[in-house]
Amino acid sequence: MEAKTLFDKIWDSHIVHSVDNGPDVLYIDQHLIHEVTSPQAFTGINNRGLKVFRPERTLATADHNIPTKNQNLPIRDELSRIQVEKLTENCKDHGITLYGLGHRYNGIVHVIGPEMGITQPGMTIVCGDSHTSTHGALGSIAFGIGTSEVEMVLASQCILQPKPKKMRINIDGIMGKGVSSKDIILYIISKISTSGGTGYFIEFAGSTIRNLSMEARMTICNMSIEMGARGGLIAPDEVTFEYIKGRQFAPKGDQWRKALEYWKTLKTDDDAKFDIELSYKAEDIGAMITYGTNPGMGINIEDKIPELDDVDDNNRQSFKKSLEYMDFKPGASLIGKAVDYVFVGSCTNGRIEDLRAFASIVKGKRKADNITAWIVPGSKKVEEQAKEEGLITILEEAGFELRQPGCSACLAMNDDKIPSGKYSVSTSNRNFEGRQGPGARTLLASPLTAAAAAITGKITNPADLI
Amino acid sequence: MAIDKFNTLESACVPLHIENVDTDQIIPARFLKATSREGFGHNLFRDWRFDKQNQPIPDFVTNNSVYNGEILVAGKNFGSGSSREHAAWAIHDYGFKVVISSFFADIFKNNSLNNGILPVQVSEAFLSDLFKAINTNPKTIVKVDLPSQEVSIPSTGLSEKFEINPYKKECLLNGFDDIDFLLGMKNKITEYEQKRPV
Ligand code: SF4
Repeated sequence: MEAKTLFDKIWDSHIVHSVDNGPDVLYIDQHLIHEVTSPQAFTGINNRGLKVFRPERTLATADHNIPTKNQNLPIRDELSRIQVEKLTENCKDHGITLYGLGHRYNGIVHVIGPEMGITQPGMTIVCGDSHTSTHGALGSIAFGIGTSEVEMVLASQCILQPKPKKMRINIDGIMGKGVSSKDIILYIISKISTSGGTGYFIEFAGSTIRNLSMEARMTICNMSIEMGARGGLIAPDEVTFEYIKGRQFAPKGDQWRKALEYWKTLKTDDDAKFDIELSYKAEDIGAMITYGTNPGMGINIEDKIPELDDVDDNNRQSFKKSLEYMDFKPGASLIGKAVDYVFVGSCTNGRIEDLRAFASIVKGKRKADNITAWIVPGSKKVEEQAKEEGLITILEEAGFELRQPGCSACLAMNDDKIPSGKYSVSTSNRNFEGRQGPGARTLLASPLTAAAAAITGKITNPADLI
Repeated sequence: MAIDKFNTLESACVPLHIENVDTDQIIPARFLKATSREGFGHNLFRDWRFDKQNQPIPDFVTNNSVYNGEILVAGKNFGSGSSREHAAWAIHDYGFKVVISSFFADIFKNNSLNNGILPVQVSEAFLSDLFKAINTNPKTIVKVDLPSQEVSIPSTGLSEKFEINPYKKECLLNGFDDIDFLLGMKNKITEYEQKRPV
């Protein structure tokens, strides 16, 4: 039998039909929807007089456009309220389960999928949000789609999709002090750029990845989209099985044994071929921070911003524009630079481990006076667990407050906007111009680095505080 | 929703000489609150087009009356970032039918094709010649010929072939959308469901 990659195995087993010289008709096991990218898709199928084909395979949440304070009150912004109401109405009309605002399972779509045990190895998962790649950490093929594609899935449980090329990225070795999986992915993107993965689906492998927890793996797959990749995935192993076991929607009893048997076959064959293979050493990776306006513009926190001469001709114009926006100088160091905001949250770093990491540094210390901090859990369950574990107390004693779950300042659709010109150390995934509010200046980093900034008021290597 | 048919287009261009134009620049998130597909054109490139007082920024290319046309020409890696189809809707709503660049982000490319916008990927050299031609003469006409998969600048005689998936090409030429196609496959889909592994 022909040797296959993990990606091939899952993809090929979901092909309903292959169009000659065209895309595959791919069956989707799990469809996730939210308020922002679904209304037009529902209008589309309603106009065609259709019902959702397999409503039990779609799950909805409200996350992008919701406030992170006073969630018990009606949403003040009229357009946001209408969008959330539309979602509720559409789900009701089509028999779709909705974990809406205030529901005990509500949260960011990519946080609740894994934590509810909905995301499982070997599945195909899509959502109208590019960070759907997060779910790949559990050994599934998961990718973001546009609204027309959401409509396709609602109408047929399938999507027309050309099969991407395959890349493997190996990371081996032991990570240093103060370094986390966010740093690994920021490091890789800084090496291969925001278009380095375009056209590919990436498998992450190697001893460093194997040693990561499930949640740390999610951070890596989450940001695989930031290098242009269609998605990222990691072969399921004991860490994965242990994580899924006992969760709400995880298979139970006999079903569990059967599932496990299948999941254990989900790995790349030894002699399978990738279109590209890259390797990095964990020892070369330090705490990372971005200085520019795309996630590829990242450096080791101790390094200096590149000089103009270090940037190749084609990119120099964008590089200059980017530094102007950030008000940084080529060749400058970021260490010690004062910042204004710290945002901990998002589907990249809004999980319980991220809050634990943040708390581990701020414990027993005080928030710096110049910092406004928004600590936003990824879901209700994360919020609840943070309470149970006493993290909230640690945060409060250090002068921080935990807000209510949602996407929040990751995309600043709600009121959580960083004011123009202000600097924000953010654990989210995008530092584009205006991403966190018009004129906002975002520096992407790990929860540890965010904590170091929150305590010292400036950019600080977290290793110095551990 | 059936898409607009596309065959051949001859038009002047709007040159956006910027690389890595991401979807947050094409349409900032705060404008994603609508529940219909229409009306996004007004907020296309919003924060580059208008200042904080909502006054047009004269330097920005769409505010320069010298440039108009149904073809947007942009720097490398256009449409990176979010999967928001609102970016394609905004471009379509504004009146563009073609985007020419030397590199497109994957999801953006799919979203464009699903909305009857043709993404034309050309070589760096061709893109740079095209920018030069527009710079010299803002009224430079570009011809995009889908049946022969060729983009040309008649005034300079330059031309280049471009790639498009044959299935997507048929869809654009005929104005078909993928949903019609998938609905026609219902039997196969049900059959697949019955014999699927897990
Ligand atoms: S947290 Fe940010 S990246 Fe994640 S789903 Fe929400 S908006 Fe998208």
